[in-house]
Amino acid sequence: MSVDDRRRKAERIRHLLDTEGDSVHENTRVFNEGRYESVAKLDDYESLKDEARSIKEDAIERLPELLDRLTETIEANGGTVYVAEDAADANRYVSEVVDGRNVVKSKSMTTEEIEVNDALEASGAEVWETDLAEFVLQIAEEAPSHIVAPAIHKSREEIADLFNEVFDPDEPLETAEELTRFAREYLGERILDAEVGMTGANFVTADTGTLALVTSEGNARKCVQATNTHVAVAGVEKVVPRVEDLQPFVELIGRSGTGQDVTSYLSLLTPPGDSPTFGSGGGGGGGGSGGSDPLDGRELESGGDREFHLVLIDNGRMAMREDDDLRETLYCIRCSACANSCANFQHVGGHAFGGETYSGGIATGWEAGVHGQESAAEFNDLCTGCSRCVNGCPVKIDIPWINTVVRDRINRGTDGDLDFLVEGLTPDEEPGGIDLQKRLFGNFDALARLGSAFAPLSNRVARTDVARSVMERTLGVDARRELPAFERESLVEWFETRGSRVDPEEARRRVALYPDAYTNYVRTERGKAAVRVLESIDVHVDVPSAGESGRAPLSQGMVATARANAEAVYEALSPAVAAGRDVVVIEPSDLAMFHREYERLLPEDEYTALKEDSYEVMEYVYGLLENGASVDVLADGNGERIAYHSHCQQRTLDLEPYTLAVLEDCGFDVATSDVECCGMAGSFGYKSEYYELSVDVGGTLADQFTTDDAADRTVVASGTSCLEQLDALLARRPTHPVRLLDAR
Amino acid sequence: MSTEPLSTFESSLTEIGVELVRTSTEEFESTLAPLLDAPAVGTPLPFADVSLPADVETNPTVADLEAARTGVTAAGYGIADYGSVVVQGGPAGEEPVSLYADEHVAVVAASDVLPDMDAAFDRLAEDIRGGTGRAVIATGPSATADMGSLVTGAHGPMAVTVVLLEDA
Repeated sequence: MSVDDRRRKAERIRHLLDTEGDSVHENTRVFNEGRYESVAKLDDYESLKDEARSIKEDAIERLPELLDRLTETIEANGGTVYVAEDAADANRYVSEVVDGRNVVKSKSMTTEEIEVNDALEASGAEVWETDLAEFVLQIAEEAPSHIVAPAIHKSREEIADLFNEVFDPDEPLETAEELTRFAREYLGERILDAEVGMTGANFVTADTGTLALVTSEGNARKCVQATNTHVAVAGVEKVVPRVEDLQPFVELIGRSGTGQDVTSYLSLLTPPGDSPTFGSGGGGGGGGSGGSDPLDGRELESGGDREFHLVLIDNGRMAMREDDDLRETLYCIRCSACANSCANFQHVGGHAFGGETYSGGIATGWEAGVHGQESAAEFNDLCTGCSRCVNGCPVKIDIPWINTVVRDRINRGTDGDLDFLVEGLTPDEEPGGIDLQKRLFGNFDALARLGSAFAPLSNRVARTDVARSVMERTLGVDARRELPAFERESLVEWFETRGSRVDPEEARRRVALYPDAYTNYVRTERGKAAVRVLESIDVHVDVPSAGESGRAPLSQGMVATARANAEAVYEALSPAVAAGRDVVVIEPSDLAMFHREYERLLPEDEYTALKEDSYEVMEYVYGLLENGASVDVLADGNGERIAYHSHCQQRTLDLEPYTLAVLEDCGFDVATSDVECCGMAGSFGYKSEYYELSVDVGGTLADQFTTDDAADRTVVASGTSCLEQLDALLARRPTHPVRLLDAR
Repeated sequence: MSTEPLSTFESSLTEIGVELVRTSTEEFESTLAPLLDAPAVGTPLPFADVSLPADVETNPTVADLEAARTGVTAAGYGIADYGSVVVQGGPAGEEPVSLYADEHVAVVAASDVLPDMDAAFDRLAEDIRGGTGRAVIATGPSATADMGSLVTGAHGPMAVTVVLLEDA
């Protein structure tokens, strides 16, 4: 990316933060908190997710067969199925069916994907969106900013201004109630005038040809009920085998998305059905809204003759099915949990964190699959891999991994002109074309090694205005960020000189302390504290020289380099693992590599061995205390007031409670943050195009730690990135929790 | 049947702001009367010895539906865990009657209150295979938050009342 591209991107993000950020933040936070509350009420949440996942796995595996079955069923019921190859094919078919008649639509992202409204209007049809948020966007001529609540970026005041300007009502509209009543009435007339009802479908059952529509307003019901032609548009991936398969999805979709246990209406339509229609619009169709009262003399008509067309959209999906990394995307039920749980999304919304149609974490998979990699490339970097979406996904899609793979593909698809400069100088496994900024951060290990070897000179040089300006222009490293200061003596070197202070024969346990790149070269103090704390509990510690875990290159989409790093780390740690020693990890993002991403980077047996024997340092201390070690050897907290921010990936692994328990055991008074992520996310906050977003996200955390209750508390965080962000945003200097336990 | 699903049903309904009115076959009409705001529309009820008052229009025109303040329909079953009623839309017009009026009054037999979504889907699957073309799991009133705060009655009813026939 050029310096100008970075500047443009930063400007666009700044504009959205200013204009849409507040509304998006307020609404997504409500959804996200609602999700936590709603899923907590389910006794069988995990098994429901497993069930939903396996239904989708099976359905996508058997998709061709299920599509045949569905087609047979619907045709036997008297309907028509059309499988459209792409958007143009779908639009041509739908336009022919509609044939210039009036259309009322309920919300459907798939119709947004194919842009059917434009095609229908070009063919002479009048189209009205009846979902209230879609209606707002239709008259504002804007694109959805969220897949479930598409007008989430607009405040009530903005909607009122828009309505008052466009419709010029006798009394200006002001409250949400007035706006809703007005829209209901206005759209009610459009519904009575329409002859074609268009819906999406959340699920379609192959056995009975039943469409399941998840809604709250009742507009989808009306669109189908009032008209005599029903056109449903859905991606081919929406097919599930049987009606019974709907149950886990019905229980999960509302909870996962907007935090509702269930939405107001779950319509199960098996067309044609015998529910009556309003017949053809007021006095014979196609005439628009003018003329006589559309209600005059209209009777309910038999619904048995209702025409039904199911338009199933391929548009790249069958190819996604063949793609080992993108296939999971097809399991997505578009609940929006990955958007609502994402700190970046919460702050900037889908107009930045989205492509041509879809937004949020899973959008990278959708956009890459249906619109192409360029559309995904526009926003893919906004996924920092924090993994907060992972546990919230009702079909257990590894959304960060999809983002990583697509980033890797984007890296490889770019032609670079600096190959001569970087090939050979960097030790990675990547092709020449990759963005220099990504390559810099991806090779943090090499950088840190050099920085440490030449410290403190390297730190002084790097901090000069000239160096910062060059770094910003060539690498996009924002000059407003303080750079990490490298220590001359690495943790490994320190330990080699110092040696172990516990007799291995008398030790309670023997461990290998993993020296992640930050602890080894930058924050060596927390590494030393960890050694002393473990030794104080009679643990024999070794600090083997093991390289960077692969987290740094992985976050830049450099999968091959990450794999090479993972292999090297495993080789360095395998003697300890083979000898039955535990591996203790200080940096949560590296432990998360061992526990999550190594599954994709290492052979299964190596992944399992390392996963089973590796622990976060505070989790490990907790285990020792639980197994008889005395807390008295650790520093006495003596009621010291602490504000603790757990790390995003640490929370995804559910490791926050251990730190909390140990600190409280030691006598500290702990308050915790509840933000999803600090916003720093490794290199993200250093990048000049994202610096302001990073600070905006971090601001929410900083606010929580500057309340009356928290302002005097010692700030503690587990992740390096979180520590850097908090250091930048607060006047207090934050520290790692293990340093609080160090009685030295 | 045990009373447990019924008490769960009632508390679930309370949680979503829906009133549950318990009655019997014998007292049905007198229980229903105060719940009806005129003009009212309805569909014939399938329960033995239970019928709608004469002033409830059971053959409504489109204009009647638009003007209706109350719409009375039977619900095939209730789902205790969620406070949902399943409205099966047949030729008598359960779908439009439950959708257009300001308030939907759903009449459900106590013996048709199922404990959970699992049980509901077993029944739904059976019914759909048997020809039920339209079924709506309706939970509370129509609602939207699209206009800046939560408003009921977005397109469908603003309020829902469930009448439970304890002896049916």
